[in-house]
Amino acid sequence: MELNDIVRRCEDLYHDLDLTSVKEWKRRTGGKAVGFLPIYVPRETVHAAGALPVGIMGAGDDLEIIRGDAFYQSYICHIPRSTVELGLSGRLDCLDGFLFPAICDVIRNLSGMWKILFPDKYVRYLDVPQNFDERLGGVFYRQELAALFQDLCALTGRPASDEALRRSIEAYNENRRAIAELYRLRAEEPHRVPTYEHYLLMRASNVLEVTEHTALVDAYLAAARRENRPWRDNIRVILTGVFCEQPPLGLIRALEQSGCSIVDDDWVLGARYLREPVAAEGDPLDALVTSYLRRGTPTATRYIDEDAKGEDLIRRVRTLRAEGVIFASPSFCDPALLEAPMLQRALGAEKIPYTAFKFSENSGQLQVIKEQTGAFADSIKLWGAA
Amino acid sequence: MNPTPAVRKERSMELQKAMMGEHFKNLARAKDLGKKVVYTFVPGNLNELIWTFGMLPVHPEVNALQIGLRKKSGDYILEAEKHGHSEDVCAYVKCDLGMLKRGNIGPTGEKLPEPDLLLLSYTGCFTFMKWFELLREEYRCPIVMLHVPYQGDGRITPDMTAYVARQISEKVLPLMEKISGRAYDPDALREHLASSARAERDLVAVWESARNRPSPIDAYFGGVYYVGPVFSAFRGLPACEVFYETLRQEVEERVRNHEGPITPEGPLKEERFRLIVEGPPCWPNFRDLWKMFYEEGAVAVSSSYTKVGGLYDAGFRHDPDRPLESLADYCMGCYTNLNLPSRIQYLERCLREYDADGFLINSIKSCNSFSAGQLLILQELEKRTGKPGGFIESDLVDPRYFSAANIKNRLESYFQMIKAKRSA
Amino acid sequence: MDCYLGIDLGSTTTKAVYLDEHERPLGRGITNSRCNYALACEIAGDEAGINSRFMLLRRRIEEEDGARDGLAELMKWLACSFTFAQYVDQLAALEEICLEEVERWNDAFERDLYAKTLASLFERMRSEAEEMFRPGLAARSDFFRDIVANQYLDHAERLAKDGAVSFDRLTAIYDRAILRVEGKNFATAYAKHLDLACERAVWRGGFEPLGETLRRAVDYAIGVAFNVRNTIGTGYGRQTLPIPKPQIRSEILCHGLGAHFMFPNTRTVLDIGGQDTKAIQVDAKGIAVNFQMNDRCAAGCGRYLGYIADEMNMGVHELGPLAMKARKAVRINSTCTVFAGAELRERLALGEKREEILAGLHRAIILRAMSLLARSGGVHDEFTFTGGVAKNAAAVTALKRLISENYGDRMINISPDSIYTGAVGAALFARRDREAI
Repeated sequence: MELNDIVRRCEDLYHDLDLTSVKEWKRRTGGKAVGFLPIYVPRETVHAAGALPVGIMGAGDDLEIIRGDAFYQSYICHIPRSTVELGLSGRLDCLDGFLFPAICDVIRNLSGMWKILFPDKYVRYLDVPQNFDERLGGVFYRQELAALFQDLCALTGRPASDEALRRSIEAYNENRRAIAELYRLRAEEPHRVPTYEHYLLMRASNVLEVTEHTALVDAYLAAARRENRPWRDNIRVILTGVFCEQPPLGLIRALEQSGCSIVDDDWVLGARYLREPVAAEGDPLDALVTSYLRRGTPTATRYIDEDAKGEDLIRRVRTLRAEGVIFASPSFCDPALLEAPMLQRALGAEKIPYTAFKFSENSGQLQVIKEQTGAFADSIKLWGAA
Repeated sequence: MNPTPAVRKERSMELQKAMMGEHFKNLARAKDLGKKVVYTFVPGNLNELIWTFGMLPVHPEVNALQIGLRKKSGDYILEAEKHGHSEDVCAYVKCDLGMLKRGNIGPTGEKLPEPDLLLLSYTGCFTFMKWFELLREEYRCPIVMLHVPYQGDGRITPDMTAYVARQISEKVLPLMEKISGRAYDPDALREHLASSARAERDLVAVWESARNRPSPIDAYFGGVYYVGPVFSAFRGLPACEVFYETLRQEVEERVRNHEGPITPEGPLKEERFRLIVEGPPCWPNFRDLWKMFYEEGAVAVSSSYTKVGGLYDAGFRHDPDRPLESLADYCMGCYTNLNLPSRIQYLERCLREYDADGFLINSIKSCNSFSAGQLLILQELEKRTGKPGGFIESDLVDPRYFSAANIKNRLESYFQMIKAKRSA
Repeated sequence: MDCYLGIDLGSTTTKAVYLDEHERPLGRGITNSRCNYALACEIAGDEAGINSRFMLLRRRIEEEDGARDGLAELMKWLACSFTFAQYVDQLAALEEICLEEVERWNDAFERDLYAKTLASLFERMRSEAEEMFRPGLAARSDFFRDIVANQYLDHAERLAKDGAVSFDRLTAIYDRAILRVEGKNFATAYAKHLDLACERAVWRGGFEPLGETLRRAVDYAIGVAFNVRNTIGTGYGRQTLPIPKPQIRSEILCHGLGAHFMFPNTRTVLDIGGQDTKAIQVDAKGIAVNFQMNDRCAAGCGRYLGYIADEMNMGVHELGPLAMKARKAVRINSTCTVFAGAELRERLALGEKREEILAGLHRAIILRAMSLLARSGGVHDEFTFTGGVAKNAAAVTALKRLISENYGDRMINISPDSIYTGAVGAALFARRDREAI
């Protein structure tokens, strides 16, 4: 597949608020589809139950909010508004269930709202442990996963089979492998993987069946390596804070245009919240539990027992030779905004430059942000990582 | 606790004031007394356990709200924002951090001791986690996470109880033993729990007194004082039992005399509106809002905020026969740990049981746990009960989010609407 | 004559309405006086009284003489002659105050120069005033300030042309003086003005045959004593009204009842005013059963359009017509007044067309209103739209489209008198409360 075709396909999927690709998949396979919000949803369980996991990350700036605003005060972030709008406008009708993982109070409460607004759908709040002891949090999480898997199988009418789970784990391991390669290539040669394309490719993982997405990423990698793209004199940055509500596409583009090449990020984190392959042998639920407890990606919504705050971020800055960090926090996002000062202090102690701004998924004013990150890039280019 | 005393002082109020004074005095001298200090949150607090180990509890939200009542929170919030905190985030956290940056002088003017342990009871509020992570950065002291699962499906399963109880026995207890230097004494815990249950029984009698007409209590503004001891440091202590016995007697006397609640403006003469209130108060303007209620003859016959430290009226009691399990159930049963359908059911029940004219939602900018979804609660409650809902917005302790004119306007309109409906 | 008074003390204007004992409207008045609330109420009330007298005298002529062809024309003459008589007095007051301002100056030469200039300026204004007040030349505004400003500034510019006097100083004198004039109540001299108006109408309008009838009717109308049996105040500033608390009613209730009075089938009311937006559901009797107001942030209120107009260097009334020229609307996601300017400049910098941006802004405002409507319980038949923004065609167009898309067919009522909705409701409450006593 040509690079342009891949990008165009991803663009179409991104803008496809009516989920036509999901409907098509359902028609083709006769399967069910289950939606989920960011971040921690073990898609393997959905997949193994024979359903298509569909990541919903709001509606960016593509959707006019009419009904969604009626449910939210002005001081609440934007993603639940567009999610409710998508739901009430019938765009999510093709989803037979919806999972709300523990991420913050807003998403948590949305799970209850969904139960009331869509009483005919399967809705589940998915608690994830903040205790990382196998005997405690591990046991609890395994119970959660087992109940979830049972429910999903009841929804699809498939038997709850370990074998199916193992196969799904393998499929997602493959996907994790491809995504890791994508991140690696971008970190090594950012000019080959423009941020815009990278982001769209990641977003495609929300709606494509996993093997299809893996193939798409592999095809992209091959094409990107072939493509002769000019080297750009950008600084290397890590973007953090965008684990839930997503920046609008225009903003993602603007960051790169302003002189920042993103070499790591936390967007579409649901596709890579496990950093290593999950064991495909033995008890599959145990394997998922262990991976979550031991190899989960640190974020603002995951309690860190042992490590000092910022340790992981600094480690990534060093390994990826990043020159700075950009904190992009959704307005009114308590987790991201309360986390930032702690991370910033850690970065400051290491003399790693950073800059910070707020956005919402439908921010219309990009110019100010662009100027800010542009100045950030310029100062690093001029003065080095002071 | 009462910063600006009511005209008619009741004995229970005096008792509470003395208890609080004593507690803060002890806190200020904690290091001299050789007492270890545990910081923990009100919802899902393990007070009985802290007392079992002879340690002293500090509840940062209580400090923040007290500072708010004394109208000092604005400065502290600005201080925290100066240190890089966003205007968007929870003002309790910022008030607490600002206080810390300014020397940690508590609401009574005495210095608060540094924590020996941060007991992160992670109940019904995600921000708690960030709050104590931030405090850990400041104090570099031991911290223990007690993960309390959310009632996503509207119930507590035996697995959930076991999970929390095991965290207590395997994580919390050993650390408390280590820090306090005392061995865990299950009998002492049982005694504290039995004491808690007695106080809780009396508190429920106080809540239920609001079924009378006129209601002898205000279960929101007054209710905040009624939950003071049981929500903060004193649950599980004899003094707490005495407080609730006294309070209960006072309330029963008012019932016998057909008297309404006592407010800072004096006793409420005529009960014109009976309301259920959802959402926390706005502390810096607590008295202003209470006065607006008083002037309209409005009384809160029940409220959800006074259940953030436990839904005793729904039957929960600490249980000496299931010590750790009942602590676990207590944590999971706090109002903010209920899912939205359960919250709606609870409020609906209050509306019916207390024969209320309507309900008022005070939507708090700082508290997403309460606020996200309140507009749906409003819709659903109106639909299910046919009773009118009022809606106002403010903040816990950020004075920038209180517009007296705006709120007065809405309240007046709301009360007049009820009146017009009645006479129609 | 027994009557009931409703006063709506808004953020920019004060409105008053008189009803008779059968709840029939007698008259209404409006003032933009912002000197103090008590005076604003007094002026609006007196204006409503005058308006009521006009209504009564017209009824009297009809009773005495039957409805005849010329009557409408005669009433127009009478009305503009009344305004003229008032205007002459107001002009005289303005001149006096302007001169007072100048007399405070230290420089004798300047003082003299400007006093003479002002005398000549006002002479010119007076001489052309007569021609300004004729039927068909309806003034663009009811307010003295708006009529006089054009005239004054026009002449001041001409007089300043030779450079002897400064236009800016003349403007400054005017700016100080006009506030003081607005603090005076001219409505109390209604009898004198009505007398003069009667004469001028007959003479200038050529209504000699009707002269006698008119004279009798005018005498009757002047002689009517209004016995205000009850007053209810409402509106943004109602707390400051000089009336006891039981006579103060929330604007939600008054608006609901007022809308019901104007359009009896109303079930949903939307009011977008300068400072706030209200969505109200009313029952079959016009009693509010649910309402929502915008939160503490004024995003999406009329004031937002004011900021936009300032930013674009346009009058706020020009925004709607320009937006109507757009073929499509740019999507505007923020109605935050604070960011309005920045967003606008960014859009313009991106090369978006002004009218399309404006169309988007109007739609954004209405979207905010739609969410309030949804919170209050939706849009039911019939729907009545009131407030200053209801006069904006672009806003109305956006609203109609969104209502039809989201709620289907709804009868949408907009009254040209919607500014009086709150005052009408208050007057109705005044009558009903009195009845209940």
